[in-house]
Amino acid sequence: MDDLATIPDYGLGWLDASGPSSDIVLSTRVRLARNLQGHAFGPRSRVNDREAVLSLVRSVIEKSSHLSGASLWELAKVSPRTQKILLERRLVSEDLLGGKKGVPPRGAAVLLSTKDPTSVMVNEEDHLRLQSLLSGLRLQDAWGLVDRLEEELGNELPLAYHHEFGFLTSCPTNVGTGLRASVLMHLPGLVLTKEIGQVLKGLNQVGLTFRGLYGEGSEVVGNFFQVSNQTTLGKAEEDLVGHLDQIVRQVIQYEEHARHVLLKEAPAVTEDKIWRAYGLLRYARSLSFEELINLLSGVRLGSSLKLLPNLRVYTLNKIMIYSQTAHLEQAAGRDLPLPECDAHRASFVRRILAREGVVTSDGESSPESP
Amino acid sequence: MAGKGKQDMVCDNCGEAGAVVHFTQVVNNETKTSHLCERCATEKGLQTKIPSTNLLLADFLAKMGGDEPLSPGGPQEELTCPFCGLSTADFKEVGRLGCPQCYSTFEEYLRGLLRRIHGGTQHVGKVYLPPDPSASEKEKRLEALRRTLVRAIDSEDFERAAELRDQIRTLEPAS
Repeated sequence: MDDLATIPDYGLGWLDASGPSSDIVLSTRVRLARNLQGHAFGPRSRVNDREAVLSLVRSVIEKSSHLSGASLWELAKVSPRTQKILLERRLVSEDLLGGKKGVPPRGAAVLLSTKDPTSVMVNEEDHLRLQSLLSGLRLQDAWGLVDRLEEELGNELPLAYHHEFGFLTSCPTNVGTGLRASVLMHLPGLVLTKEIGQVLKGLNQVGLTFRGLYGEGSEVVGNFFQVSNQTTLGKAEEDLVGHLDQIVRQVIQYEEHARHVLLKEAPAVTEDKIWRAYGLLRYARSLSFEELINLLSGVRLGSSLKLLPNLRVYTLNKIMIYSQTAHLEQAAGRDLPLPECDAHRASFVRRILAREGVVTSDGESSPESP
Repeated sequence: MAGKGKQDMVCDNCGEAGAVVHFTQVVNNETKTSHLCERCATEKGLQTKIPSTNLLLADFLAKMGGDEPLSPGGPQEELTCPFCGLSTADFKEVGRLGCPQCYSTFEEYLRGLLRRIHGGTQHVGKVYLPPDPSASEKEKRLEALRRTLVRAIDSEDFERAAELRDQIRTLEPAS
């Protein structure tokens, strides 16, 4: 049941860094919250509500040509390790997996399209959470994908809709369009030049918000920021997406300027920071995930500034995803308790860098250069 | 260790105000600690008050809707949703509505809350067409589709525009 091989690119298409500005913008995600009439929302739902919602979704998959072949996985029937892999690939949320209890509630499921990078969480806080996930800055495309998916589901399902408030959601902060567009950005230049505080303050003033790598409530690590719209009611979807796009483009320019300043004003310190990060990743024997993310930030900056030639963003994206605990455990074929897990992580990173990221210390890349 | 306590320190930057931010940097294995006052720290881009993302949503919502009476009858009246049984007290505690019906039950209260969160209460954007739509529902949906069509053409997304045109055609009354 839980074979990720049926999903295009295993749900990791965005890793290829093919999208615009993908050295600064890792990925674009748009999600839509929808609920069905006549059933209590997630937190207040009973087993029969959730099972009814799930069986309605199943019936749509059978009818829809767009969704034909899609996988619908009931999470309670999926192995705990695969559950965690889905979480690490950002295809399900911690809540859908049962939060602190760690056991997915009955009816909690994820629908994975086989045609495009879209998925639907079923019976999360809202009955349906549609999402698309793309490489780089591609907000309009990501919105187009979920919009089409929503048409497909909305044509068949009785959605909860109010003439004034729009699409109804469990939390009043999502009502209206139910749309949350978010862009995962890497902003080391702004952090190192200490301009980040001003930028984040600016985001709040224009109705945007930011979070850490793992969404709501998570800390900012490795200079990775998720920037998203704050309000969902009173503006059309295209306007919400367009506004975020415009602001993110501006932040990219600020970040590029900050990097330029770093190279001009403090080239030795900047280069040293980047090479130290590379050296540690290349040779360390034990790495916690947090340390890894911080080092990846330095190396990512080096790759983007062409100080570490031939080190591709794709390789760095891959390291970021595959060095998470469940992914390492999957590769090892068993659980990895703590010190061992950090050793596996370091060994994995060394292997990938030896294969795809060898850069000699004078800045010349060895395998491809003459 | 003898020395000045952190509370007595003066800002390294302006030398005037008391230092409240103590910032340690490790550069090339050398540790350097700066002591800054709130204003200088902000000017240097150090966030002294990181907007908390852990703020309990329920608290936030309770505060936002706080001075709004929970029902037209006044703050004392406790409403309960006839469909899912959620009470105003429950909502204040968890910050989540229980079911679609709750939006009608708590409509007046929610209007105030939504205004505070989103700056308004009127949804603009996709219009949902129920399986058996009335003429006015169809008209609203058509309006929204036409708006989206104009945008799709403006942004030269002709594939999307063609899809929208098809959707509009199926909804338009035959003339």
